[in-house]
Amino acid sequence: MEWYLPVIWAGLIGTAVAMYVILDGFDLGIGILFPFTRKEAERDTMMNSVAPFWDGNETWLVLGGGGLWVAFPTAYAVIMPAFYLPVIGMLLGLVLRGVSFEFRWVAKPGHRLWDVAFAGGSIVAAFLQGTILGGLLQGVAVENRQYAGGPLDWLTPFSLFVGLAVVAGYALLGATWLVMRTSGPTADFARRAASPLLVAVLAAMAVVSLWTPVAVERIAERWFGTPNIYFLWPVPLLAALTGFATWHWLRSGRHGLPFAGAIVLFLLGYAGLVISNVPYLVPPTLTFWDTAAAPASQVFFLVGTVFLLPLVLGYTAFVYWVFRGKMAEGEGYH
Amino acid sequence: MELDPVLLARIQFAFTISFHIIFPAFTIGLSAFIAVLMLLWRWSGQEKFRTLARFWTKIFAVSFAMGVVSGIVLSYQFGTNWSRFSEFSGNVIGPLIGYEVLTAFYLEATFLGIMLFGWNRFPAWLVTLSTVLVAIGTAISAFWILSANSWMQTPAGYEIKDGVAHPLDWMAIVFNPSFPYRFAHMVNAAYLTTAVVVLAVGARYLLASRHVEESRTMLRMAVGMIAISAIAQLFIGDAHGLNTLEHQPAKVAAMEGHWDSDEPGALVLFGIPDEASRSNRLELAVPNLGGLILTHEWGGKYPGLDTVPDDELPPVANVFFAFRIMVGIGLALIAVGLAGLLLWWRGKLFEARWFLLPASWAWPLGFVAIIAGWFVTEQGRQPWLVYGLLKTMDGISPVPGASVAGTLALFVFVYGIVFAMGIYYINRLINAGPKGEAAAAPAGVPSRPLSAAEEAAREATGRPRGEGPGPSFGKPEG
Repeated sequence: MEWYLPVIWAGLIGTAVAMYVILDGFDLGIGILFPFTRKEAERDTMMNSVAPFWDGNETWLVLGGGGLWVAFPTAYAVIMPAFYLPVIGMLLGLVLRGVSFEFRWVAKPGHRLWDVAFAGGSIVAAFLQGTILGGLLQGVAVENRQYAGGPLDWLTPFSLFVGLAVVAGYALLGATWLVMRTSGPTADFARRAASPLLVAVLAAMAVVSLWTPVAVERIAERWFGTPNIYFLWPVPLLAALTGFATWHWLRSGRHGLPFAGAIVLFLLGYAGLVISNVPYLVPPTLTFWDTAAAPASQVFFLVGTVFLLPLVLGYTAFVYWVFRGKMAEGEGYH
Repeated sequence: MELDPVLLARIQFAFTISFHIIFPAFTIGLSAFIAVLMLLWRWSGQEKFRTLARFWTKIFAVSFAMGVVSGIVLSYQFGTNWSRFSEFSGNVIGPLIGYEVLTAFYLEATFLGIMLFGWNRFPAWLVTLSTVLVAIGTAISAFWILSANSWMQTPAGYEIKDGVAHPLDWMAIVFNPSFPYRFAHMVNAAYLTTAVVVLAVGARYLLASRHVEESRTMLRMAVGMIAISAIAQLFIGDAHGLNTLEHQPAKVAAMEGHWDSDEPGALVLFGIPDEASRSNRLELAVPNLGGLILTHEWGGKYPGLDTVPDDELPPVANVFFAFRIMVGIGLALIAVGLAGLLLWWRGKLFEARWFLLPASWAWPLGFVAIIAGWFVTEQGRQPWLVYGLLKTMDGISPVPGASVAGTLALFVFVYGIVFAMGIYYINRLINAGPKGEAAAAPAGVPSRPLSAAEEAAREATGRPRGEGPGPSFGKPEG
């Protein structure tokens, strides 16, 4: 088997997951922030600011999951049963918040239920995505290329902590998105919310960065072994600098930069996780190569992806561009 | 009590996919209808087409949201509930799903944003183009997912190595033997189903003497579409049935309740298939007619269920009854189409209460037929998951029955709420009507985009209605 095909596919799926985490991250964050303002007008503005995008954003989740099935069927067939309950819980959360985008408007003035569903669905989905990540980091029991653990193996203090960290992280993305896209009371609210969230996210990143090498030998060697440490030390430093800069931008009234800072923080955290786990797709047993689909299948999908992914990125960028700029106070698309 | 994980996983999948299929079936048809309305509006300049397009776009938005979220669930359920199937078939049908995401989902999701929220911001051509692209996206999506499903029915272009399917010929995989028939049958069903909904809404308004001009347009378009697509469905369905007889004879035998290969097939009008005695109870049948339909020859014989061993027998009664429901509705819709055409020709389509009253209640018919049809084809494939290659019981995940039962209960609960409320809201939008802009956006919603300012801008710039008052696309914003 060509050794590089699985690497290309790991890169592509890794990109899709990163796109998903950032794009759906900020619109899930809007839902997470919902309970913290009681004003209907602010909630309207918050929801409107992501309404044209959420569906496209969530498609990256389908590409991540579907792509995993295409390129690494064994990994897909191990991870999904291993995280059966959190995956289905996350999907149900996404169902509730997804329909809220439409139902909430049609239901007015009786839209309370969909405020709750939007916030609750977003929080549940974000939290469970975090616990799945935490569960993957701590490792999955595999025998004969099949999941060999129990239904609650993923449930540990560590995975719950990562779940909370992801909730805070998405809320930070959502708050900084609002700082960029809205004005008036909504933007003020978002700016107030962003600072403590930033502190929480930085603290959570620090905890995960210390917890994983302590708990997992393999990760400690990856980071602190020589010569790796000489190359890797800038990663945490960059994260600290980005955190500091974002704090400063929030305080000095910048509009777009806090969102950019939050994205860079996410990418650095993501890079850290990749460094910790490459080349495992299902730590600690199955690598890219162990779980890869037949080369003919990887090639067949790669040929189309080479042409289609730039096209997808192109019109995604187009839609963000046509809906660009600050929303006027009380402006909506409905 | 030991929970049977296979049965529970099947019930869960049947539940989530039956729920899901309602919405794509509707949105495939509705997006095409909206695109046609937009093109008619651009071409004729008649305001009623624009009014109708806006009205149906609101209903489309609610349905599409339900379709999207229930579809994301499915893309993960292959792995959560059917992991061994996922590994077995991933090399072959994984890429088809992948292409569905890349060619269809992004196209739909991205241009949906403009279609729903661009009316007051962008020029009309961009909104029109978006509706066309969304309609194309829904059809492309149907192409890939039906190709994947058809491969499970009639696998082709593969070899089995190390217990896993490997691709040999992608053209043979994508265009596997049952795919062209299934694709035509399903997409036509989607258009037919949507036309029935449009008919029902138009009839409902006319009976109440509301929105008369728009309703007449809806009625004419719907009757024409129903007449064409219901009659076309008869021929497509016939061809699909012959194809199934060639590749999955056990399914056809179950559909017909045909137990004895030596007898010319009878057309069983009613009966209760009994798997224990391998015969139909209370049978009422027309001799030879079934054979005529399936072999196109009087006294024609085709394989009966006696050729199928006990452990490969599909659930005959379910397939048998579901098939009769589907065909019964199909025939009823042909009658609706022809009656409508006749009334239209006589100039009585808009007054005939005997036609309008039942038509106003007919909206669920297409959906029931679609779900019945899927029950026929999916249960008719049992006990196989991939026909002849992988049995359903060998495809499931190593997940305890209790997990599947618990999540099944959650699915029923959440989907029950979403479905009930969705239908309720769609009904509310229909009640508000095509001109009910105010009703559809109840008082207190500060989200009407600058309507007054727009009117002023329109007058000031002298731009024709519908060209969109917003900053013209391509020009930098002030």
